[in-house]
Amino acid sequence: MSHFEFSREPFTPERYRSRVSDPVAGGYASFEGWVRNHNDGRGVQRLEYEGYEALGIKEGDRIVAEAFARFPIARACCVHRLGVLGIGDLAVWVGVTAAHRDAAFAACRYIIDEVKTRVPIWKKEHYAEGDSGWINCEVRSSDAPAGSALP
Amino acid sequence: MATVTHDGSIAVRIEYFAVLREHVGRAREELRTTAGTVGELYAELDQRYAFPALGRVKVAVNDEFRDWSSPVRDGDFVVFIPPVAGG
Repeated sequence: MSHFEFSREPFTPERYRSRVSDPVAGGYASFEGWVRNHNDGRGVQRLEYEGYEALGIKEGDRIVAEAFARFPIARACCVHRLGVLGIGDLAVWVGVTAAHRDAAFAACRYIIDEVKTRVPIWKKEHYAEGDSGWINCEVRSSDAPAGSALP
Repeated sequence: MATVTHDGSIAVRIEYFAVLREHVGRAREELRTTAGTVGELYAELDQRYAFPALGRVKVAVNDEFRDWSSPVRDGDFVVFIPPVAGG
């Protein structure tokens, strides 16, 4: 079973908690990312997540495998929402269990940090003023031309 | 799928996501190209579509990350990956 998955429907952490339960575990650390009502000084009304799922699952699985290699943990799992989300909705959940809490906290932090920068997921924010924008992809006149993205 | 023609062009499938999908106006296309690398393919499509300035774009071939100097081959499935924003 994959340690990373996408959910097109709203989900609760309780639904996935059993995936990380383990008799050797003495600690469980989790992270929930929620949709907040503001970003970069602007009011946010809702957002959309789009994912390249085939590659996203592979990369997410690699990240969890790295967490297993780095920290003495028992189990780990990450689920990321796709689709349209409202304020307060659960966007991402990470759950990690370990014999001791230090490893659980550290691995949980590692997984969410890496997922945010490596898994091909894109976020479009819809603002109170009615406009919208893809986060980290805003086009600014000061940016170099697209060709410069090549090494 | 032997579709290499006398002009040396190959057939590739492209899928666009997020800001690129909206910019191009469709999610996927099949096209013939003489590009030898995925970087050359990106430059060819940039000529056609005038992609927006996006910062650091990555590329995947057949659902794996690749370097921009990687070869593009007949039948390949190519995705250009704008800066991500999960979580």
